[in-house]
Amino acid sequence: MTRTVDGEHLVGQPIDRIDGPAKTTGGARFSAEHAYPGLTHAALVPATVSRGRITAIDTAAAAAVPGVITVLTHGNAPKLNPPKRPTPANLSTLVSGTQVNYLNTDEVHWDGQPVAVVVAETSHAAREAAALVHVSYERLPAVVDFAAEEPNAVAQKGNPVMPGSAKKGDADAALAVAPVTVDARYTTPQHHHNALEPHATTAVWQGDELTVHDSTQSITWLRKHLALRFGVPEAKVRVLAPFVGGGFGGKGFAWPGTIIAVLAARATGRPVRLLLTREDVHRAVGARTPSAQRVALGADTGGRLTALVHTSVTRTSRVGGQPEQVTAPAQHLYDATNIRTAQSQTTLDWMPNTSMRAPGDAIGSFALESAIDELAGELGIDPVELRMRNEPERNPIDGKRFSHRMLREAYALGARRFGWENRSPEPRSTRDGRWLVGMGVATAYHPAMQFTANVTVRLAADGTVTVRCGFQEMGMGNATVQAQIAADALGVPFEAVRVEYGDSALPASVMAGGSMQTSTVAGSVLAACGKLTRRLSTLARRTGMQGRTPTEILTAARVPFIDAAVGSDTRLGALAGQARMLAKVVRDQRTWAKAACGAHFCEVRVDADTGEVRVSRWTAAFDVGRVINRKTAFSQLRGGIVMGIGMALFEEALVDRRTGRIMNPSLSGYHVPVHADVPPIDIACLDEPDPTMPLGILGVGEVGITGVAAAIANAIHHATGSRIRDLPITPDKLVT
Amino acid sequence: MRLNVTVNGEPKQADDVWEGESLLYVLRERLGLPGSKNACEQGECGSCTVYLDGVPVCSCLVAAGQAEGHDVRTVEGLADGDTLDPVQQSFVDAGAVQCGFCTPGLVVAAHDLLHRVPDPSDEEIREALAGNLCRCTGYEKILDAVRNAAATS
Repeated sequence: MTRTVDGEHLVGQPIDRIDGPAKTTGGARFSAEHAYPGLTHAALVPATVSRGRITAIDTAAAAAVPGVITVLTHGNAPKLNPPKRPTPANLSTLVSGTQVNYLNTDEVHWDGQPVAVVVAETSHAAREAAALVHVSYERLPAVVDFAAEEPNAVAQKGNPVMPGSAKKGDADAALAVAPVTVDARYTTPQHHHNALEPHATTAVWQGDELTVHDSTQSITWLRKHLALRFGVPEAKVRVLAPFVGGGFGGKGFAWPGTIIAVLAARATGRPVRLLLTREDVHRAVGARTPSAQRVALGADTGGRLTALVHTSVTRTSRVGGQPEQVTAPAQHLYDATNIRTAQSQTTLDWMPNTSMRAPGDAIGSFALESAIDELAGELGIDPVELRMRNEPERNPIDGKRFSHRMLREAYALGARRFGWENRSPEPRSTRDGRWLVGMGVATAYHPAMQFTANVTVRLAADGTVTVRCGFQEMGMGNATVQAQIAADALGVPFEAVRVEYGDSALPASVMAGGSMQTSTVAGSVLAACGKLTRRLSTLARRTGMQGRTPTEILTAARVPFIDAAVGSDTRLGALAGQARMLAKVVRDQRTWAKAACGAHFCEVRVDADTGEVRVSRWTAAFDVGRVINRKTAFSQLRGGIVMGIGMALFEEALVDRRTGRIMNPSLSGYHVPVHADVPPIDIACLDEPDPTMPLGILGVGEVGITGVAAAIANAIHHATGSRIRDLPITPDKLVT
Repeated sequence: MRLNVTVNGEPKQADDVWEGESLLYVLRERLGLPGSKNACEQGECGSCTVYLDGVPVCSCLVAAGQAEGHDVRTVEGLADGDTLDPVQQSFVDAGAVQCGFCTPGLVVAAHDLLHRVPDPSDEEIREALAGNLCRCTGYEKILDAVRNAAATS
């Protein structure tokens, strides 16, 4: 086990995660594992039409199942406040997965929308009864086919953080006269997060006080949202989520299961547990939008980009959803003379889309990084060399400074470790028995952000430190790294620090998303520790204990502990914090182009007869700023790469184009990578701090997945000579 | 029906067990052992892996009645008091744990592999654990954990 020794910095060390023993022994309690006296179980009834009105619900057979307590529908459910339109001025509105007021309306907006819930003494009874609820509908015309709707897409409005379009020069004119061009269409399907833990809620009302154990990535905002929907003061709502079994964006918002569980608990007056089935996870939680993209590149014969056009179409829903920054990579990666990006979207009668690991960037990088590889082929230039010839000094689209960019160094390091110089330039030129062997490369890129979190830190006379912050832990290791940071800042051993998190009763934090939680919380922890250090110095001067340990100083001063707070949870404090946060984000956005980046190198083997693809080797070199903990950070990066392998080769929601119903809502139908699909993955990080971020952290949660699908598509092209522009790259696409 | 089953060495009883109930449900909901996870309920993900008479099974696919009179060992039964089993310790040391939801099933599956094959090759490890899905770690460190546990035991 790795442990600190005196005088050594903890930041940068591969410390074992503090929750390791709890998780390996089965001791960690997740949201569906809290026992309450009189606990009941709920099951959802999904709509079977894509758009319409409920004309009747027959619940008699369901109610007659032994153990059933109630069947709630729009006819008898308690009234709920409808969700408000999302606005940054009110954070509680941002986490509403949809605009539907569940079980308070007869309207159906997508196939799978929950239209009733059964509450029973056991989950068996609830599920059996749910299957017996008979719903009659008036069907209304529905628009559910993304491909058919693509021509009707409208331009995204955009906002200061995410512009819907961007322009430099005249890319279309430059493209028309460029001596070498690539102009291609790329498509990606709907992806589902499929965290191993299905979404679960345990809801308990005591009078007007609500306690909710929920598998959420957003404790603070969910609490605000529940207070708004159920018409109770925020102070009466407590959301707990110390352990969340993976999220990847799928648990960022409040989806129907959470709201309906709380509603059912209010209606029955008993604690309710609602554990989504894997089918519910697909049908009642948002997913990553499908996309259709065009990338057109023009270059001179020396490989200098003169034109870069990247456009995208994605889907949202009539009842919610969000635009995706699919073309963002095209604004940052290449020093093209002329650039045009434009994002548009369709609006369907569908479950709203939502963020999934590197929203926009994950699918946008597939198209852009495939197209660059195609251009390299047209030019007869090595794809790494082509990228280096177009590596910008300033942010290409607007000339902003990079806070830090070491993509050249990442490529050099990755190429060396991988052995890129051994690649033969010709496609389909390496064979090993029945396997065609190819190598591919692509750039990873994800913007870095820092928001603000409220934190309190207590330094006690017994030498212990307590960090309190309502951040969330879905496996990233944040509790461990914040303990490292606090221990370093205060000069105490790692074991002396206790971190309290995952509870809305703690100082309010940001949601876990956008790869910004670690840097955001670190900024506040450092500020609080700075305050404590200054107070400690004052006490030391006063007591003549300069240069002594915190315990000696506090003991001499007869002070049992000292506290420092950053931010405030009062109403005024929260508003001030929010204003500070928005101001900082906008200022940062205006000043810097700030991102984590990296280079993926992979080798694939493709069966010449069957088209089976095996990824056989992987090296990725990243510039993620300072690495706080190699063990947890590298694991996040590897996990991103493996999810990218799934995206490249397996993952696809199969959607019935007539109804919009997902036809493979299970882990047997929706394939995610398993051990035997994954090669050894070599990770290297440059470990150079970004000068504008707390401790130089740029975030590791999302950058890993970006570029992965392109690297594999490029390697498959190198192996076989076939260029596949439609994900996932299944064997049928390689044998036809 | 009443179910009699030995769990982690102790005789246990559960009453009013429904005929369609899974062993996983009995463990989690009736015997207070939620270490085995419920993630797909169709034997695809391996999160609910337990030993049944020394053989690893997906407990979501075993009817509770099939366990009548038999011996079950769950992830809660691997450690010796506060001392982790070498496989558990190896998972912690290698950094093979992230969100922790797949971990109990993987620990049991790896424990079984090392019992059968004390010094497995990488291919044997990948194949043996291919029925245990993990969405967080990227699998690499899980392999390291099994290799390390093999080397130290």
